[in-house]
Amino acid sequence: MTMPDVSEKWTGKINTLTLGATSASGGTRTGAVTIGGASTLPFLSFEGEVGNRPAIAVDVLDGPPEGWPAPLVKAYGDAFSSPAKWAKKAVGFGADLICLRLANAHPDGGNRSPQQCADTVKEVLGAVGVPLIVWGCGIDAKDNQIMPAVSSAARGENLLLGSAREKNYRTLVALGLADGHKLMAESPCDVNIAKQVNILCTDAGYPLENMVIFPTTGALGYGIEYVYSIQERGRLAGLGGDRLLAQPVLADVGAEAWRSKEARDPQFACVTDQTRPLWGVAWEAATATFLLQAGVELLVMRHPDAIAQVRAAIGRLMPAAK
Amino acid sequence: MYVIGERINGMFADVKQAIREKKADVIQELARRQMAAGAWALDVNVGPAVADGKGAMLWLVETIRAVSDAPLAIDTAKWEVMAAVVPQVPGHVILNSSKADPEIAAKYAGLAAEHNGSLIGLTIDAAGVPGNSEKRVELGAQLIATAMEAGLPTDRLFIDPIILPVNVSSKTPVDCLEAIAQIRAFSDPPPHLLLGLSNVSQRCSNRGLINRTYLSMCIAKGLDSAIMDPLDTELINSAITAELLTGKMIYCDSYLEAARSSKQ
Repeated sequence: MTMPDVSEKWTGKINTLTLGATSASGGTRTGAVTIGGASTLPFLSFEGEVGNRPAIAVDVLDGPPEGWPAPLVKAYGDAFSSPAKWAKKAVGFGADLICLRLANAHPDGGNRSPQQCADTVKEVLGAVGVPLIVWGCGIDAKDNQIMPAVSSAARGENLLLGSAREKNYRTLVALGLADGHKLMAESPCDVNIAKQVNILCTDAGYPLENMVIFPTTGALGYGIEYVYSIQERGRLAGLGGDRLLAQPVLADVGAEAWRSKEARDPQFACVTDQTRPLWGVAWEAATATFLLQAGVELLVMRHPDAIAQVRAAIGRLMPAAK
Repeated sequence: MYVIGERINGMFADVKQAIREKKADVIQELARRQMAAGAWALDVNVGPAVADGKGAMLWLVETIRAVSDAPLAIDTAKWEVMAAVVPQVPGHVILNSSKADPEIAAKYAGLAAEHNGSLIGLTIDAAGVPGNSEKRVELGAQLIATAMEAGLPTDRLFIDPIILPVNVSSKTPVDCLEAIAQIRAFSDPPPHLLLGLSNVSQRCSNRGLINRTYLSMCIAKGLDSAIMDPLDTELINSAITAELLTGKMIYCDSYLEAARSSKQ
């Protein structure tokens, strides 16, 4: 008796997107990173193309972090003293990209100037050869001042700029078009708004194929099942032919996982002094591998051991081509 | 929603005149406007314009092809015109249409299969338009079987359950709704279900309102295609909204625009 073929056939395909530009394409990166391209649900190689390997970006802040838990402080040591050192350390941990957060531009924080922000980006570009994600401080008015300086300082480097939102996307769209950068479209874990931000950006003239969807996420234990179902809905629509939801997806894993109580200060009876530092690593790795199953192509992470574990998991899910 | 634009039809005065006077720009403008407005394919019907149906049809095909590579639905009741024109249509061709009698449908389905085209099959046979939904479903099943035997895949078969004007028959709209749901359930993949939508409101007032209300009702039952007027913006909006409400797409505030942009 022959088994019936029950594999799904999809009409759509997730866009392929390349970040970073080498000298051959007008930038200074030593390599570029390409994500996306799946024509089926994650890792179902028997159904269709699984696309490019998910990439891992590692967080670097524009100044020493405040309140980061001991396992991260221990892993990075004195690399926190400058963004350049930090980025080099992260590349040593296996970062495919650096995710630079201009947190100190926040008006209530360092309130750094556009020029200072641009200098930080140039410092990191000079220190490492991997492509960059650059995130503003999250305050629209301030981001609309600093991002133009950042964008033009890195013209041609093919950055991923974060993040365009429903209420604030025009500046980033203009910068992405003018300086040749890709765009992250943010939505609060809401597939309707994810689609809306994408259409707003395309209406403003930005090419759909240059966008990454960034649905805000939560860590394991903080509604991640909901995050999964939202992401799955979007992915099914994208594979079903909805071009506005066929973009690769970014998940901000490290920041979410290390914010959780379980990662920072696990209160379970079984926790010993010896195992305490492992909880955060496990929490970050578990959150990341879970989100890979939902169809995330770009993970932003923090701890080297978690990065290594996730890399190994990707290797098991996507064995090297024969 | 697979919209087949109905405007290139010799029944319309502007098209009739354009065919008679070989005014290509009138036809090409209609082709362009219908495609830009949301059509996926274009119906091509010479109508009563000229005596030489075949020559006029070929001229229309050539004229449209100069500006659009959209699938063309060759709309004629004459087999000799169909058989002569179909092999000469570059790109995708839809045969519009065949009756359900097996000996007739087999000929049309064979021609469609031979040219990698699609076929619109009507639930009409020698006895005429059925007076109930059961007969429509029976003829629909017959069309599916005939198409399969002729080597035409079911997803290239459009079944038209035949809508009559609501002022002629108040029962037909309900019969068609039932037939759409039932014929759709027959095979996997199912055939497309199609209507010549504008017929429902022939010689009625409030035509636009009747068309878009009925289209929404039919989409709820599984209709996925119609020969209709894509230049009627409200009608297209209703079709998109009905598809949204039947789970065919993800909502966003600009969903009308999103659906239109997804077509390109």
